[in-house]
Amino acid sequence: MPQPRQIPAAPLTPKAVWAALSGVPDPEIPVVSITDMGMVRAVQVRGGAVEVTFTPTFSGCPALHTIRAGIEEAVRGLGAAEVEVRSTLTPPWTTDWIAEDARERLREYGIAPPAPAGDTGLIQLTPETTRCPRCASFDVRLTASFGPTLCKRLYVCNACQEPFEGFKSV
Amino acid sequence: MTATLSETLNAADLSPAQRRGLIARFQALADDEIVLAQRDGEWTGHAPILEEDIALANIAQDELGHASLYLELRRELDGSDPDRLAFFRDAGEYRCARLVELPRGDWALTMLRQFLYDAAEALWLDAAQASRYAPLAGVAAKALREEKFHLQHSALWAERLGRGTPESARRAQTALDTLWPHAAQLFALLPDEADLVAAGLLPDPDAVRDRWEALVGGHLRDRCDLDVPPLPGAGEGREVHTAHLAPLLTEMQAVARAHPGAGTW
Repeated sequence: MPQPRQIPAAPLTPKAVWAALSGVPDPEIPVVSITDMGMVRAVQVRGGAVEVTFTPTFSGCPALHTIRAGIEEAVRGLGAAEVEVRSTLTPPWTTDWIAEDARERLREYGIAPPAPAGDTGLIQLTPETTRCPRCASFDVRLTASFGPTLCKRLYVCNACQEPFEGFKSV
Repeated sequence: MTATLSETLNAADLSPAQRRGLIARFQALADDEIVLAQRDGEWTGHAPILEEDIALANIAQDELGHASLYLELRRELDGSDPDRLAFFRDAGEYRCARLVELPRGDWALTMLRQFLYDAAEALWLDAAQASRYAPLAGVAAKALREEKFHLQHSALWAERLGRGTPESARRAQTALDTLWPHAAQLFALLPDEADLVAAGLLPDPDAVRDRWEALVGGHLRDRCDLDVPPLPGAGEGREVHTAHLAPLLTEMQAVARAHPGAGTW
């Protein structure tokens, strides 16, 4: 009996690879993908070989190997024979790269999106202002500068009394 | 050598002496991070409140992340294995500063040490962003973005303790008096490092120390109401350790040394 024919995969183009990567969720915040977060920096396709360059959000992030595996799996799913996942630190990842619609999804999920990081004020002893993701009040207090993941802090809103997580501005 | 002082360099452009000097500095930086992360990790399950348990675990995780960045910089220069360097060197081969070796003490000692160290690391990284050694400049720009959160956290704790109760203020002052004599070592040149500073490959430690004294001293005096003693000299070099380092490494390395062939520990 003949083997069932595989459905021919979409042509292996950079556009198809980017689309596949946009389906790889951030392992710690599943409402956003790794492309929403600005972690994918470059995609190169040479015949059946694909090279994806990504940048880690935090250098000590324990999810890095999960992200690498997610990238490889998504690209292999397109039919790529060879996948190379490279990481780069330059330029360093910044929360300013998070896509506008992804910020809105973070807010709906209950995580205050990061304030603009810009390129100044990296050495400052006071935290940036944050807005409550539920009632939009700036009258919030920081209750813990480190949350369940490296990228978030914990707050309570004085206006609506709700506790919430805020994405650090990096 | 034809390169001018404004050109950036990569590993292939270095002289053997520059290579040796950078390897020594990267190892010293990594050792500071590894040992401090181990001390911070000792609070897991013991911090005064759950949020601080989590905060110190986060900070320790970042410091280990930075250690691995420095060890990768070293690996690019000599092909060394970061895991072997962390888990199979004895105290005599470690090049951490004595400040990070001291036992964790009480919460005031832990937080004051973290504040002094975080400020030193952040300011060194800030200066290292201008290094002509391109891989270091990249790592510095990355790590600095993370370090700022440590600094904000430990600065706030120094203030809470200094201006809290008479007991917390007493403990904060005692911690500062204990730690301060060790802080200057963070800014001491390693042997042969002066040439690397002159070549623009590494930050000038004197300039970093001056910025550090202004930032840390100002905060401790004005926001924490603590007495800041004058900074003494750096004392002996990084090959001389306190008696506290060897037991720390014994505990940290126990699993790796019991299973030396395992892929991960």
